[in-house]
Amino acid sequence: MPNKTFFWFFLPTGLAMILFIGLPIISTGIQSFYAQHDQVVKEVKKCDPFGCTVSIVVDNEETTKIRDAKPLGKFNGFGTYTDRNHLAVDEIKKFWNETESFGAFVDQVTNLPFYKALIFTLTYCLFVTPNVLLLGFIIALSLNAVARKIRGPLIFGTILPMIVTPLVGSLVLFWMIDSQGIIGANIQNLMNDPYLSLKSSKTLTWITIIIYGIWHHSPFAFVVFYAALQTVPQEPIEAAIIDGASRFQRIKHIVLPHIYPVVTFVALISLMDNFRVFEPIIGFSAEGSAQSLSWLIYDNLVNEEVILFGSAAATSMMTIIGIAILLAPVLIRTWKEFKTAR
Amino acid sequence: MRKILVTLLFLLFGTSAYADCNIKSGSINILANDFPALRTFVETSKQCKGSADFKVTHSSEHNKIAVPALTANPSEFSARIAANSSIVPLMNQDLIRPLDDLVKKYGKGIQDSQLITIDGKVMAVAFMANTQHLYYREDVLKDMGIAVPKTYEEVVAASEKIRASGKMKYPYAAAYKAGWNLAEEFVNMFIGHGGEFFKAGSAQPNINNSKGVATLNMLKKLSELSNPDYLTHDSEAIKVEWESGNVALMTLWASRSGTLLDDEGDAKITAATKLTGPATVGGGNIPAATLWWDGFTLAKNRSDADAEATFRALAHAASNKKMVADAADQAVWLVEGFVPGPKSIGVIEAVKMGAKPYPMLPQMGLMHGALGSEIVEFLQGKESAEQALKDVEAAYISKAKEQGFL
Repeated sequence: MPNKTFFWFFLPTGLAMILFIGLPIISTGIQSFYAQHDQVVKEVKKCDPFGCTVSIVVDNEETTKIRDAKPLGKFNGFGTYTDRNHLAVDEIKKFWNETESFGAFVDQVTNLPFYKALIFTLTYCLFVTPNVLLLGFIIALSLNAVARKIRGPLIFGTILPMIVTPLVGSLVLFWMIDSQGIIGANIQNLMNDPYLSLKSSKTLTWITIIIYGIWHHSPFAFVVFYAALQTVPQEPIEAAIIDGASRFQRIKHIVLPHIYPVVTFVALISLMDNFRVFEPIIGFSAEGSAQSLSWLIYDNLVNEEVILFGSAAATSMMTIIGIAILLAPVLIRTWKEFKTAR
Repeated sequence: MRKILVTLLFLLFGTSAYADCNIKSGSINILANDFPALRTFVETSKQCKGSADFKVTHSSEHNKIAVPALTANPSEFSARIAANSSIVPLMNQDLIRPLDDLVKKYGKGIQDSQLITIDGKVMAVAFMANTQHLYYREDVLKDMGIAVPKTYEEVVAASEKIRASGKMKYPYAAAYKAGWNLAEEFVNMFIGHGGEFFKAGSAQPNINNSKGVATLNMLKKLSELSNPDYLTHDSEAIKVEWESGNVALMTLWASRSGTLLDDEGDAKITAATKLTGPATVGGGNIPAATLWWDGFTLAKNRSDADAEATFRALAHAASNKKMVADAADQAVWLVEGFVPGPKSIGVIEAVKMGAKPYPMLPQMGLMHGALGSEIVEFLQGKESAEQALKDVEAAYISKAKEQGFL
């Protein structure tokens, strides 16, 4: 495609991307450097049906004046980024100096909300992404091998987890693992421990969410791989069969190299999706045991009665940076291949 | 305190007529939480809408919508049914309007005790009171020869006895869902121990002390007597536990008693479900519970005509003797003419025992939020009470700094 044609072709998408993705990210970035103005409070008498007390309220007149003068808030630089609820720079320094062993240090650091969330998010990514790729590939291979007649219904059944809304899917599993649900009660019987609960143990909650993640994301990998498999040329495969190559050898030496770019693509998309894990935490009511970066943003925006825009913006920016770091190796590699191909 | 007792216990015969319902124009859009009493209240106000446009959103997620929706100009909602805690963010952001003129003009049937005044201005009109108190299974306690518990220590002892008998595996229940609910249980228990959340006259936290530790230890004891999934159980989930007969003692909102005692579900359990006041804790004499009011507020960013129409419709309900007579089971109404029935025992006992209202402080929401996530690990046995309280204070301080309270 000539560059000029490409430009016109891409323009509408590009504009939409700048408008709906680029600008909001810039605005979020700016917001993350600001904190609220110092609150002006005053003591007043408050009366309700239970009696009167003297306590403080925010002085709205004064606050409005300050806010009108500087609507963005108080400039805070990287203050929000480095505070205890985010990167916790001071706290980490303190822990490093105070703790005796490295283990104790790690314990202290992982007790901080941002690192707690980061660890869950990374664990989720590291377990879900490879398993999704593997499972998706295996399903695609198996379905590619079954008779054409039953392939349609089988494909439909396989992509069902992706069709089911994430929240509904997680809720169904959530009820099944309830201590009185079908899975939860059976595990209790099996382990002979009436106080065992999949929902109250942190490890078990993590495992549940990870299994759910694999279940939910595999169909996506499967669909893409299945489509890619249709493009594998038959001649080299037939030649390999004649040469006596086993099924495993054929897949390793012919099929995989052929669909390799697609594998990269699925890996990228899965990594991005998994890094933003959010719905299962809500669906499983797992806030207590598992928090992800996305959940922290949500928590800052809606769980408090006071909305913390600065905190949410800072976490958002760090999530974007996190995704960029995760994707960097794959992107660099693709770029290099692209260069050599030309 | 006297004032509310008088309102609650005696039926006052007044001559005041219902609010005038001759609304000609304007549009009314109400945001409210979702439980039966509020539905009744909003329905009653709808009867008076006249030719105004009437819309309502009942949502248990009301807290998440309220501030953004009322910040818009014109605001999405003309009225928000709020409570002690949820009026605070609206006040902090200056999103609601004073109601003095409207009360004077259209609030004939509204009693003075219903008015929430802040700095001399009426900011909300309350219509019902709420609290969390004890529910017990009369049959189970009688069988085991246990007296109705008055303190949380007795609740623990009774639950242990029931568990030891093999009758129930998880005899106690309370809404311990991580987040808002769990934090609310902490607030109750901490107040029961005589705690103050902030150092006098400042926004500095004051929970990392012996009272905080005692509070956490009591919560932990109770959680061990609850269904192991307690960290995922909200009020609705423990109501279901109760109705399936798995629980003998429970701390739950008074406003939920109606659905527990209705005809749905096992008649035997319903018949044995009894209400009593909130328990005290740690030898204290005020109950480990907070008093709540529910009332209506009007959005500031909405035309005066809409505010007037909305006020007239809501005032009709907030002074409606027929509503409180018909729906006496659903809530403890603060409206004139309410005769407290057996389902109101919890709130009335709480008031008699001198329960404190939920603290209406601008920075309380941040403390509540920090509590909801930071004490979970203590309950899971992953850290000490002192460490958990230290974490709460640290999380709160960071947030309060960002919000400009510290």
